[in-house]
Amino acid sequence: MSIIVSNISKSFKKVKALQNISFDVNEGELFGLIGPDGAGKTTLFRVLTTLLIANEGAATVAGFDVLTEYKKIRDNVGYMPGKFSLYQDLTIEENLDFFATIFGTTIEENYDLIKDIYVQIAPFKDRRAGELSGGMKQKLALCCALIHKPKVLFLDEPTTGVDPVSRKEFWDMLKRLQQKGITILVSTPYMDEAALCDRIALIQDGKILEIDTPEAIVKHYPKQIYNVRANNMYQLINSLNDYKYNHSVYPFGEFVHYSDSRIDFNPEELKTYLESKKLLNIEIEKTQATIEDTFMELAK
Amino acid sequence: MKTILYIIQKEFKQIFRNKGMLPIIFVMPILQLVILSNAATFEVKNIKFGYIDNDNTSTSRALIEKFTASTYFNVLSDFNSEVEASSAMLKGDIDVVLDIPQNFNHNLQKEKYNNLGITINAIDGAAAGVENVYVTQIIKRFNKDLKVDLLQVSDQQIQTVTIESIPLFWFNKTLNYKTYMVPGILVLLVTMITLFLSGMNIVREKEIGTLEQINVTPIKKSQFIIGKLFPFWIIGLGLLTIGLTLARLIFNVPMLGSLGLMYLYTSIYILVILGIGLFISNFTDTQQQAMFISWFFVVIFILMSGLFTPIESMPYWAQKVTEFNPVKHFVEVMRMIMLKGSNLNDIGPQLLKTALYAFIMNGLAVWSYKKTN
Repeated sequence: MSIIVSNISKSFKKVKALQNISFDVNEGELFGLIGPDGAGKTTLFRVLTTLLIANEGAATVAGFDVLTEYKKIRDNVGYMPGKFSLYQDLTIEENLDFFATIFGTTIEENYDLIKDIYVQIAPFKDRRAGELSGGMKQKLALCCALIHKPKVLFLDEPTTGVDPVSRKEFWDMLKRLQQKGITILVSTPYMDEAALCDRIALIQDGKILEIDTPEAIVKHYPKQIYNVRANNMYQLINSLNDYKYNHSVYPFGEFVHYSDSRIDFNPEELKTYLESKKLLNIEIEKTQATIEDTFMELAK
Repeated sequence: MKTILYIIQKEFKQIFRNKGMLPIIFVMPILQLVILSNAATFEVKNIKFGYIDNDNTSTSRALIEKFTASTYFNVLSDFNSEVEASSAMLKGDIDVVLDIPQNFNHNLQKEKYNNLGITINAIDGAAAGVENVYVTQIIKRFNKDLKVDLLQVSDQQIQTVTIESIPLFWFNKTLNYKTYMVPGILVLLVTMITLFLSGMNIVREKEIGTLEQINVTPIKKSQFIIGKLFPFWIIGLGLLTIGLTLARLIFNVPMLGSLGLMYLYTSIYILVILGIGLFISNFTDTQQQAMFISWFFVVIFILMSGLFTPIESMPYWAQKVTEFNPVKHFVEVMRMIMLKGSNLNDIGPQLLKTALYAFIMNGLAVWSYKKTN
């Protein structure tokens, strides 16, 4: 086990940021913490990276206890905070050099680990970090977190505020790092990224709702989901919300994800209802539940 | 060691890349030294002077003549009545009014005694005090000259005994204010710049989030703190060097004592300031907070340092409080070494207190700096 968290709780005055959190992460696993803003993801990261002491519970990272062996943890983990936190007034190369030095290593020593990522930003290595684009900043931050060849990598919302192309690239990089045997704990508010993890934990209000593989979590969804579309999205959502048999109604891209509370649900019946609400071009078709649907269901 | 060196190198890079900060560090102190040293003087000149001459005799005119001759007084107007003079004082046109009574000459001749009315604008108490001294001196001198004139020949047998004191100003013969102020202002500069910079520096890392990144690394507290503060220690000593050079070149302030001793004391003194700066930054979250708290301390330190107002004139409790003011000791030491040529033995007590202060402040600062919350 690379990370073991058992019954961790942390409160800030009256706010209970974490309540009885427990989970394990296997060695070499890409584990995702999925939850909205304010769910407690960052607090959990700060506890695991020894920046914060939990009120209750115990945790080990890479086999070391977060309380008693925190010094060893600091040697063995890489942490990339959600907020870009490198020196904006130093260049790419200087930042990397700085972190290599304080970890007691050099860029050359672990170059093979960061090579894939570093070559993408190497053309700008004399540019100051503050002048980089969001995607490049993330790559640099990842390089800095990796420079000492950590056993466990903590990534706190690494793709928040990054464009879709860079996000995809970033996840490809994580997959490659995973193949090199690094355990990765990543948090994200994006449900679509959750599907890329080996296992995920859905977290809300400081509590874990469910832990499983993305495929299994989706299967837990108790209902059949329908994609519903019509000419007027706003009116469609209002109409569906007014429909007395609805179980869930969530906008999802160009569709509305709808599930019905009845077991013998007939889509034609819904169509007739929607037509009575003067909606046109109505389409209703079956679809697979997504992690987002599951999350919404669990968070109810 | 390598880590510390690297952090120092990084700090210097950041300082020199901060285009807004560089002028603050190097240009501002020089400007302050030049401006403040020329401006901060206790001499009061060009006093706006008016008089009411109710006597109109040669004696009263001779007295007014004395004021006209003085370089400190600008004799502006003579008033016909007290009412007129009061209204001019109210308007702020006049600072000092001399009221010569009727029969001034007559009474002097006859009774060898008279009173003069002097009204001084005391909105600025310090200036009023100085003006009073000037006026009294002029009248005293006039009085002495007058005595000689009035005494009869027969009286000359009886010699009047007068005691006159001739002050001798040691260490600053001409009471040159610049000689007195420059060493003090130098202290002010070294203190302000190093305190503000060190106070804001670590908070800045907190504010931009880099401290969190640093805290998860295996770097030791001591390495980080030394690496962060050492550059400011160097900058402090650099400022002292610039200041001493300017004091010599522009203000011609003497340097009687040992330069080495000055640097020894300053290097310990800066440690105190850096310790305070670090301590402040441990308890604040933003540069703004750090700046305000630093300001609070700097203002108290400077006003209670004996730089602008003598410590001897403070109430007893305040004098005791100044013992805890590092700036006070530095001002003393600076003046002692530069103007008096004091040696290690002379400044021993101050050196000891400062070293103790440095030890306590840095101990507190390191103790309160935590990598984990």
